[in-house]
Amino acid sequence: MGGEIRFLLNGAPRIVKDAAPTTTVLDFLRLGERASGTKEGCAEGDCGACTVVLGEAADEGIRWQAINSCIAFLPQIDGKILLTVEGLAEAEALHPVQKALVDHDASQCGFCTPGFAMALFAFQHGGESPAPDAVHEALAGNLCRCTGYRPIIAAAEAVAGATDRFDAAAPALLEALAALTQGGSISLEHQGERSFAPSSLDELLALRAEHPDAHLLAGGTDLALFVTKEYRTLPTVILLTRVPELRHLAVDGDAVTIGAAVTYTNALPVIERYWPSFARLIRRIGSRQIRNLGTIGGNIANASPIGDTPPALIALGATLRLRSRRGSREMPLEDFFIGYRKTALAADEIVESLRIPLPQAAQRFRTDKIAKRWDQDIAAVCAAFNLTIRAGRIEAARIAYGGMAATPRRAARTEAALIGRAWDLPTVEIATAALAEDFQPIGDWRAGAAYRRDVAANLLRRFWLETARPDLPLEVMAL
Amino acid sequence: MNDAPALGIAGAPGTAQHHDSARLHVTGRAQFIDDVAEPPGLLHCKLVTSPYAHARILGIDKRAAVAMPGVVAVLTAEDFPGANDVGPILRDEPCLAADVVEYAGQAVAIVAAETLAAARQAAKRVAVAYEPLPPILSIEAALAAERYVAPPQMIERGDPDAALAAAPHRLKGRLRTGGQDHFYLEGQIATATPRDDGSMLIQSSTQHPTEVQHGVAHVLNVPFAAVVVEVRRMGGAFGGKESQATQIAALAALVAARTGRPAKLRLARDDDMIVTGKRHDFLIDWDVGFDGEGRILGLDMRLAARAGNVADLSPAVMTRALCHVDNVYFLPAVRLRGYVCKTNTVSNTAFRGFGGPQGMIGTEAMIEEIARHLDLPFETVRARNHYGPPPRATTPYGQEVEDNIIPLLTAKLAASAELAERRAAIDRFNRASPVIRKGLATFAVKFGISFNIPTLNQAGALVHVYTDGSVHLNHGGTEMGQGLFVKVAQVVADVFQIDLGHVRVSATSTDKVPNTSATAASSGSDLNGMAAHNAATEIRGRMAAVAAAHFGVPAHPVTFSANRVYAGNRSVSFAEAAKLAWQHRVSLSAAGFYRTPNLSWDPKTMRGRPFYYFAYGIAASEVAIDTLTGEYRALRTDIVHDCGRSLNPAIDRGQIEGGFVQGMGWLTMEELWWDEEGHLRTHAPSTYKIPGSRDIPADFRVHILEGSPNPAPTIFRSKAVGEPPLMLALSVWLALRDAVASLGDHRFPVMLDAPATPERVLAAVDDMRRRVASS
Repeated sequence: MGGEIRFLLNGAPRIVKDAAPTTTVLDFLRLGERASGTKEGCAEGDCGACTVVLGEAADEGIRWQAINSCIAFLPQIDGKILLTVEGLAEAEALHPVQKALVDHDASQCGFCTPGFAMALFAFQHGGESPAPDAVHEALAGNLCRCTGYRPIIAAAEAVAGATDRFDAAAPALLEALAALTQGGSISLEHQGERSFAPSSLDELLALRAEHPDAHLLAGGTDLALFVTKEYRTLPTVILLTRVPELRHLAVDGDAVTIGAAVTYTNALPVIERYWPSFARLIRRIGSRQIRNLGTIGGNIANASPIGDTPPALIALGATLRLRSRRGSREMPLEDFFIGYRKTALAADEIVESLRIPLPQAAQRFRTDKIAKRWDQDIAAVCAAFNLTIRAGRIEAARIAYGGMAATPRRAARTEAALIGRAWDLPTVEIATAALAEDFQPIGDWRAGAAYRRDVAANLLRRFWLETARPDLPLEVMAL
Repeated sequence: MNDAPALGIAGAPGTAQHHDSARLHVTGRAQFIDDVAEPPGLLHCKLVTSPYAHARILGIDKRAAVAMPGVVAVLTAEDFPGANDVGPILRDEPCLAADVVEYAGQAVAIVAAETLAAARQAAKRVAVAYEPLPPILSIEAALAAERYVAPPQMIERGDPDAALAAAPHRLKGRLRTGGQDHFYLEGQIATATPRDDGSMLIQSSTQHPTEVQHGVAHVLNVPFAAVVVEVRRMGGAFGGKESQATQIAALAALVAARTGRPAKLRLARDDDMIVTGKRHDFLIDWDVGFDGEGRILGLDMRLAARAGNVADLSPAVMTRALCHVDNVYFLPAVRLRGYVCKTNTVSNTAFRGFGGPQGMIGTEAMIEEIARHLDLPFETVRARNHYGPPPRATTPYGQEVEDNIIPLLTAKLAASAELAERRAAIDRFNRASPVIRKGLATFAVKFGISFNIPTLNQAGALVHVYTDGSVHLNHGGTEMGQGLFVKVAQVVADVFQIDLGHVRVSATSTDKVPNTSATAASSGSDLNGMAAHNAATEIRGRMAAVAAAHFGVPAHPVTFSANRVYAGNRSVSFAEAAKLAWQHRVSLSAAGFYRTPNLSWDPKTMRGRPFYYFAYGIAASEVAIDTLTGEYRALRTDIVHDCGRSLNPAIDRGQIEGGFVQGMGWLTMEELWWDEEGHLRTHAPSTYKIPGSRDIPADFRVHILEGSPNPAPTIFRSKAVGEPPLMLALSVWLALRDAVASLGDHRFPVMLDAPATPERVLAAVDDMRRRVASS
């Protein structure tokens, strides 16, 4: 195994050997490089002041993706191009995103501005339209407390589709990256902390068996908070993202298979194709920065009671493939969650992949998320409904909720109340009564118990209204 | 004073200019305190804080922490050379808790180490033994126990009891408003560097360098002159760095003084939100009497604020709240009582608006209820209660409203926002839409400009002209993003008639301009702009005299124009004129001073003329709510705002938009949530949600009122703009209430407090449906 991290920083090679493997990219920049343009606003990936851009080889040139440097560990950027605000301008010539921010008076205090500049850089290179939805999606990971965003939105509209010197520089950058990059596995050890980045499934399973207490790191968007918020040390970390099998994404026959280390961003197009409602929910998980690192596998293995994706996946009948050196097994996702933040994963096992059956005829699916803010908020309640309705009658029902119990789980009584009945308002009211039996939610800072209960029932009502009253406006976001 | 700035220079007042640091911001080169190169030997600090809302400290065992690698010092209340106190008004605010902790998160010790990581690890090992005591957490509990951080305040005029008793109609109501975290992106931070003469250099992210200077001096027991406080820029402040920065700087200075090494204290986001104060939450009760036309005849209103553990700025916040209950309305017989409740929660503090928003919100809800009670249009009832010509022009605290432009703003908004047509369209939409409901509301603000305490309304500036014609400007105001530096530089450029680029502004520093007031109360440009104007005018006079003598013309026809100085038929460049003055041994440096005239305030009777003038604005907002989930969206907002004659329309527009969205956050999604033990559980952006780009009005139209110079002779007849637009967000909150009211055909009261989270909106919807069903 190689014992160093290699990447390009604003075009210049960096080889890091003597650093704790849980050193964040932000600390590397600010403390190691003394490059202070990138800011720490929250150390939890929620404000975007630390936004940097990672580049990697793609079909056409370089694919640039914004990430939160405050919650990315150094091993995660091995083999990448790291671009920071210091690398945008060429001498005194501002980059187009910087110029647009100046021209539109889009900075006041300026502390969030470098992060916005980097988010805009990724937006500009993403080839997206300047439509409001696209702009908000690109900016959702960046908070500004001064401007009220209007001028930043204007700057985004101005740079959509613009070209810059990085387009022309791509071949040279990729050449430099290729010359620097190391294949294979990496391990790093520093003052009692060590990390492994295996490059094959066998190697991963061996490490997992050997280090049952190790933390598994996929996107790290949750794991990193142990370090950045609780100041804990993680003695052993195993990075999953270099294992090709875990990055596998395919539509095979009657299902979509998503490797455990596939990011939300990479999974999104295929999910969009089959389940637009699920794709809409995924676009509300964290932000671009989070989804560029975070994985659906991590979201599942993390076993949050809310989970965001698990209710939808449970309703869709998704199954998990778990693997260890002892072999592999498959289980329905709802069986994986066995208690508050507890899963069925054995100490030597990993989540290998997720399998979602493709939509069937007569199935209606919808998933919803309720939070205080549309973008980048953790849900108070997540709901997912998957009904098979033929000739007006419900033949099958899979309904799951998050935020309503210690784990994301199915609403068994509600499903039973629906199956066999006509899909009409009386049935819906019977089902919402059953729902009250299914869950006894608690109240916390995200929502009170009564609200969780009421809104959970209302989401089922809205699902019905969507089919019964297509003439009515049902979404404020659609206005 | 020139009323109209002359043309002929780049960057004249009245023109849109970018923020002076815009290029530095976008390139990441703008240095905030944590970005400044660290001096050798710098120590990094971490606070040890109380897990209890109220407890006696039985003992602090530092041994394990001190023994950890890299740890240099662990300091507690026993380690202060001077006073362990940083209270801005009263001396009641310990820097580190001594015997008792009074809120969860109160600092009890500070750890200093070679690295931040080491300090954080060691802080976990400081063992503090507590004996928990029962806490008082809520406003109601404090009111019941009559526990206040300062005496109750009252503004009274006429005989409200008699007016209420005689009124044909009478309504009572209650409203709660939540607090708000400032969520400046740059957390609290200070670096203290001991100097060879025993003095201390403090770099602090503070709106109030002088208060930091005093706080550090008290803590270290040194003269004020032995402390220099410097601040180039803050990464946002919004009032949160007015008094709260003092403790941070004082603790860094304590470490520096005790160790002899430079020390930096930077609060991580969670610590920042848990340890430092916020906007006050209020409980508002009213009893109002009115006639059949909706005219208010008598009002008895009680405002109770959660002050937290110490006085801090809470008494002043309450005074401003009481002085803004009237907002744009004439209240003939009125009693306004204010209680600043002492609770075992973090000390609430200044926040953009400084009590004004909380003062106004209850009145708006009340007038809305009067309109519903009488089945009159809200706008009609508001107009009938607006200030008018005397005798309807006197505020409850006795100041005449002489500059009322509410009718003008109302007319402009009604036309530009097409209010009548949209109201009709919304009613049509709502009749056909059982699930999604729209609401529309307007709100007009009148905000008093000046610190309520007349003494604070003073400022100083220092201007140097160099012999190459470049100008150095320094003043007592601090730059927190609001564009103060560029505005004041525009003023100086105008006085000298030189291009803005020739004027450089340097970091605010207590050794350049002393005894300053906080950059607060929206007063930055008014006060410092005028002080800088005075300093520059002094130098210009000297330069004119030199030029006149040199060219042999009388002084008065000497003019400064377009980077040149004209004397008779001769002219020289501004730089040559400066050099000439130097050659004639005439000083090219001057200190300027300004005090706002005609202010008075009697804190005992709560009467006087506390405000130099009023700033006005008006907004109309349209929203849609989802009656199944309580989710909502701001669809359109139109604003017409009064900046007087704007010094810099680009900067002012930024203040209007930014203030509005911040106000929206306060009134909608930003929810501070404490558990039953008094722990704040929304202490990071993962749990505390400020507006994002998608949350602003989808259609956001901001107009700066044209042709409306300030009647008061302010700097170039401009008006302060920092705070007033925040309150315009009340239009969004009122529109949400309007949407809820539509479910009952606008006939029933709406039970919707602030913040109007989706949860509260759904509860209000359900309450409305119950009222309709049972009627």
